[in-house]
Amino acid sequence: MATEILMPALSPTMEEGTLAKWLVKEGDTVNSGDILAEIETDKATMEFEAVDEGIVGKILIQEGSEGVKVNTPIAILVEEGESVEEAVASAPAAGGEAPAAEAPAEPAPTVAAAAAPAAPEVDESPDYPEGTEVVSQTVREALRDAMAEEMRGNEDVFVMGEEVAEYEGAYKITQGLLDEFGAKRVIDTPITEHGFAGIATGAAFGGLRPIVEFMTFNFAMQAIDHIINSAAKTLYMSGGQMGAPMVFRGPNGAAARVGAQHSQDYAAWYMQIPGLKVAMPYSAADAKGLLKSAIRDPNPVIFLENEILYGKSFDVPKLDDYTVPFGKAKIWRKGDDVTIVSFGIGMTYALQAADKLAEEGINAEVIDLRTLRPMDLPTVIKSVMKTNRLVTVEEGWPQGSVGSYIASEVMQQAFDYLDAPVITCTGKDVPMPYAANLEKHALITTEEVIEAVKQVTYR
Amino acid sequence: MAARKSAQKSNVSAEELTKYYREMLLIRRFEEKAGQLYGMGLIGGFCHLYIGQEAVVVGLEAAAEEGDKRVTSYRDHGHMLACGMDAGGVMAELTGREGGYSKGKGGSMHMFSKEKHFYGGHGIVGAQVPLGAGLAFSDKYKGNDRVTFTYFGDGAANQGQVYETYNMAQLWDLPVVFVIENNQYAMGTSVQRSTKSPALWKRGEAYGIAGEEVDGMNVLAVKEAGERAVAHCRAGKGPYILEVKTYRYRGHSMSDPAKYRTREEVQKMREERDPIEQVREMLLTGKHATEEDLKAIDKEIKDIVNKSADFAKESPEPALEELWTDIYADDIPQKSA
Repeated sequence: MATEILMPALSPTMEEGTLAKWLVKEGDTVNSGDILAEIETDKATMEFEAVDEGIVGKILIQEGSEGVKVNTPIAILVEEGESVEEAVASAPAAGGEAPAAEAPAEPAPTVAAAAAPAAPEVDESPDYPEGTEVVSQTVREALRDAMAEEMRGNEDVFVMGEEVAEYEGAYKITQGLLDEFGAKRVIDTPITEHGFAGIATGAAFGGLRPIVEFMTFNFAMQAIDHIINSAAKTLYMSGGQMGAPMVFRGPNGAAARVGAQHSQDYAAWYMQIPGLKVAMPYSAADAKGLLKSAIRDPNPVIFLENEILYGKSFDVPKLDDYTVPFGKAKIWRKGDDVTIVSFGIGMTYALQAADKLAEEGINAEVIDLRTLRPMDLPTVIKSVMKTNRLVTVEEGWPQGSVGSYIASEVMQQAFDYLDAPVITCTGKDVPMPYAANLEKHALITTEEVIEAVKQVTYR
Repeated sequence: MAARKSAQKSNVSAEELTKYYREMLLIRRFEEKAGQLYGMGLIGGFCHLYIGQEAVVVGLEAAAEEGDKRVTSYRDHGHMLACGMDAGGVMAELTGREGGYSKGKGGSMHMFSKEKHFYGGHGIVGAQVPLGAGLAFSDKYKGNDRVTFTYFGDGAANQGQVYETYNMAQLWDLPVVFVIENNQYAMGTSVQRSTKSPALWKRGEAYGIAGEEVDGMNVLAVKEAGERAVAHCRAGKGPYILEVKTYRYRGHSMSDPAKYRTREEVQKMREERDPIEQVREMLLTGKHATEEDLKAIDKEIKDIVNKSADFAKESPEPALEELWTDIYADDIPQKSA
């Protein structure tokens, strides 16, 4: 039976090409793998090999022809004893089967910002029942307890990282874990972030629940390929067959006087990635409740801690199994005049500013996002509908910040409620300097938050 | 630990030889068909064919047991067919259709099968190496004696994460077989142009990892070496490296004109060392099979491949809702979903 040889697509972008040269002529016998012709694509001249064997019955497109569309029949291959005429008559419609590319047009994204949207539904239930006994704990202790509780509950949970076992953590977050769980589950790694992030991701594919501690998130940049390309994307790329249920955790953001390479807030970076969840707690109770949720989560979670917060004490509910759900912001302070949204260490400045503003008669509503992906925007929108003013606070850089995302969402969803432009308070747009005075200026300050609130409230 | 010359043992059964012949031929014909469909525009993007390297995966799969795992790079079609994944499901993934292993969302380079313990299909050169060690870590943690085959090329062998992984795999005695498929070209750069230490398997010595070089055009040699490697891992002795010397006949990907080597070099390899021809020869000279027997196999394989191509063309494109599924294992709101 005769076969049509079609103009091939020889690159991902090729739609047509030049048939530069035939290397066979009519009557030649060809075998699989023989070069039939040279074809110029948009990128290079390629040799075009035969797939089937047979005799070149007829050349349909002469050499030198330009602009030959992909899938155009360029020659006919016949079998021994078959004439070209009958071949042409019987040539199967091997070509022509262009892919069904006309996917139905996707509905255009709905243009948001219809005037006066209804106030969004918001879950305002308390994190734990009123009257629950609380204990004062540091963020450090809360994180350790969260890991210990989850490791007691699930044999598949283990923690690995630099100095997590015998040294008990560079910041003492894993204190006591080696003693309780042993070296099989509390694993010291060599200093090799790319490698152990990949091994942990593979272990998660294999059914375990790894907690990867990065000594700081600055070092996770060596591992970011595995976090994003391996951990975050595999569930999607496998059509739901397998993913990476795991936690990448460690201190994030500026500590004190450690300079540019050790002082960086990655909140906005990781928040952008579909497939990742991102938590950035402020209080000890949230650190504990969110880390327990993160360890149980079936997805890869980025858990951004802060060295300066590690030693701060907060009330933590004395409950056997205290968890905080992802995607639920916490309103720390109710107010009517302005909404201040922050997360992580930014809450320190937000709350200090709110206290001082209250003395001046400005009542700020202060919202702690707690998780950045999923992000509880409804709580923010609802608050803005009440206060009509918004200031966001974070330590990261201004361009592409968490605040700029919130500002764009608020503009689209609640434009008519805004009485002033949103101000996004961020760290300065510079690498972190070492000098004490410069470092102080590079970071966001309480005074800047107060100033921003006064601007949006026109005071 | 010395490199061994491949031994052509004659104590191999007709059934075994026929099985290897069939499996290698399936990969070859499948890849030829994939090349054809690519030419027709039915397969898009990057498409890396395995033609010439068939003996590597077929030989190593012969050394594997049920429950063993495998992970590889983006030149992955052969690995999937060799571990028993369905040709139709693989081809339909290449055409980006609903019937593909990843529902059309992964493509040629990103495919997986939990059922067959195939963990991808990874598009970042070298990334599969620590992932493979991690899979082995999970088996050791669970206390079973499964082994993970971690395949990578001579190009990936220069990635830093490979050596980070060697170090930890040996430190923790992980049951992982590192298979370096040395096809001599990392895209267009030959091994000679990328390293002055071309015995890639010997790099494991720096970490105390045992290994050897293997004739990757000889399926029996690959299988024997695979058995040594697997025995080492199952005995709890840690990782093992196999540097399998092989050759790809086609370009790096479909859009590679392959000007970095001569046509003669490729032709010579095809004529003198072809892995399928070698087994064919053994079957015929050993009187294990007749020309007619082999013709019947050829036809059977052609049918499987044609059916897979038909399925890959007929399977519908994924529903638009699929855009929004499988991002999270639980339902969390997506922007604009």
